[in-house]
Amino acid sequence: MLELKDLTYQVEENNETLTIIDHLDLTIDDGKFIVITGPNGGGKSTLAKLIMGVKELTSGQMIFDGEDITECSITDRARKGISFAFQQPVHFKGIKVLDLLRLATGENISVAAACEYLSKVGLCAKEYIDREVNSSLSGGELKRIEIATVLARGTKFSIFDEPEAGIDIWSFQNLIQVFENIRKTVKGTVLIISHQERILNIADEIIVIEDGKVKKHGPKDEILPELLGTADAVNRACSKMS
Amino acid sequence: MLDNIQKQLLKEVVDLYKMPKGAYNIRANGEKAARNTTENIDIVTKEDKPGIDIIIKDGTKNESVHIPVVLSESGLKETVYNDFYIGEDCDVVIVAGCGISNCGTHDSEHDGVHRFFVGKNSKIRYVEKHYGEGDGSGKRILNPVTEVYQKENSYVDMEMVQIKGVDSTHRITKAELGEGATMIVHERLMTHGEQKATSVYEVELNGEGSSTDVISRSVAKDSSEQIFEAAIIGNTVCNGHAECDAIIMDNAHVVAVPKLDARNVDAALIHEAAIGKIAGEQLIKLMSLGLTEKEAEEQIIGGFLR
Repeated sequence: MLELKDLTYQVEENNETLTIIDHLDLTIDDGKFIVITGPNGGGKSTLAKLIMGVKELTSGQMIFDGEDITECSITDRARKGISFAFQQPVHFKGIKVLDLLRLATGENISVAAACEYLSKVGLCAKEYIDREVNSSLSGGELKRIEIATVLARGTKFSIFDEPEAGIDIWSFQNLIQVFENIRKTVKGTVLIISHQERILNIADEIIVIEDGKVKKHGPKDEILPELLGTADAVNRACSKMS
Repeated sequence: MLDNIQKQLLKEVVDLYKMPKGAYNIRANGEKAARNTTENIDIVTKEDKPGIDIIIKDGTKNESVHIPVVLSESGLKETVYNDFYIGEDCDVVIVAGCGISNCGTHDSEHDGVHRFFVGKNSKIRYVEKHYGEGDGSGKRILNPVTEVYQKENSYVDMEMVQIKGVDSTHRITKAELGEGATMIVHERLMTHGEQKATSVYEVELNGEGSSTDVISRSVAKDSSEQIFEAAIIGNTVCNGHAECDAIIMDNAHVVAVPKLDARNVDAALIHEAAIGKIAGEQLIKLMSLGLTEKEAEEQIIGGFLR
């Protein structure tokens, strides 16, 4: 279980203090498939990075499985069982896909084992295993490799930060299938930041973050109709205007 | 006979645990320690100056020549001239390299002057590794000069590696390429402490359709200094590409000086140079996989210099 207590994250910009996350409280139960959504700039990605330790809290407390991890480094959090798929995957000159998957598992896994993870994200393993994780790969390919590194870790808490961002529509169709599979097979907690209805649709719970606060949090069946209702309302209003 | 230190140096520079197959010449502390020739590859000691001639017959394929040099005596300074005469239609691997172990107080220096005369349609892979060790105050110095003369449609692939322990290097590589000839250079360099390394390349593309690709990847740590100069001269219809990619750390100093000189309207020449520290996002990604910052750094550098 992950408990976030009174989290605040502020940044200084032009001598002004901006509050990105504002006294946020949230409890995430084990084994759930949770999608965080909300308007751009609402603090979703920042919250994910705070959980991984990529950004440091201004104040508040984080408890993971009963242990206070507020002061833990990224490495410590990773070792305690938190994984993170970045919104913009990083390039590495000279590091191959196989190397990255081996680092992710922490073992010298066989090529066949590494290929399994690539297959899970819809990549033809043979073609990729020896490729360098560099700019010769497309955005969609990098994204899937990024997701594969998180699957390879197999930790009890996995975060995916906007997996759909920056990929083309064809790759997106495949990506939805990848997450539908993850939904069926992964045992730990999965936290996805997404705006996509099809991803929201496979969630157990949906959390809406707005202005650095939890605006809504509940079962998908309860929250999703409200969100779609809002969108419908907007669409209707727009159609009247035109 | 080689002693244990010399054997260790051999292992580092040419991955040799025992005598190699094929032709070889091992030079230890300024003297010939071992030599083997084959039916197609002859090695002859020069009479006018230190060094050897390596003569490879036309049509020699799938053979190798190892010519490592090891220095374990502090204060030894030598300049050695090795000439490679490679016939036509050959396909050979040449492995050179120098290892210096200096536990004394005097500087040890090996300056190898290598000249390659590559015949028509021949393919050469040349690997040269430099390695230094020893805790003496004497410096370990290597100043290699490489000259390459390529005939029509020949192909030369050079791998130059210097990862550890050499205090000072000034490398000069010059090449002249004939029609349809190709030269590929992969240089990998890591400097640390107070080390200084200079690498100068000058490739002249003289023959129609000749091409070159000079790629340097380096890591400069501590207070070390690196200077990389790559000049490509296009005299005809040709393709040239030079790339210098460096990771700078601590208080290091890295200079990249690319130079393109096109003397023909159909000379297509490109250079790329990038110097920067390890990207924070790279460290964060690997730390999020459970590596410590130091482990992440080692992985990034290891991959970069692969």
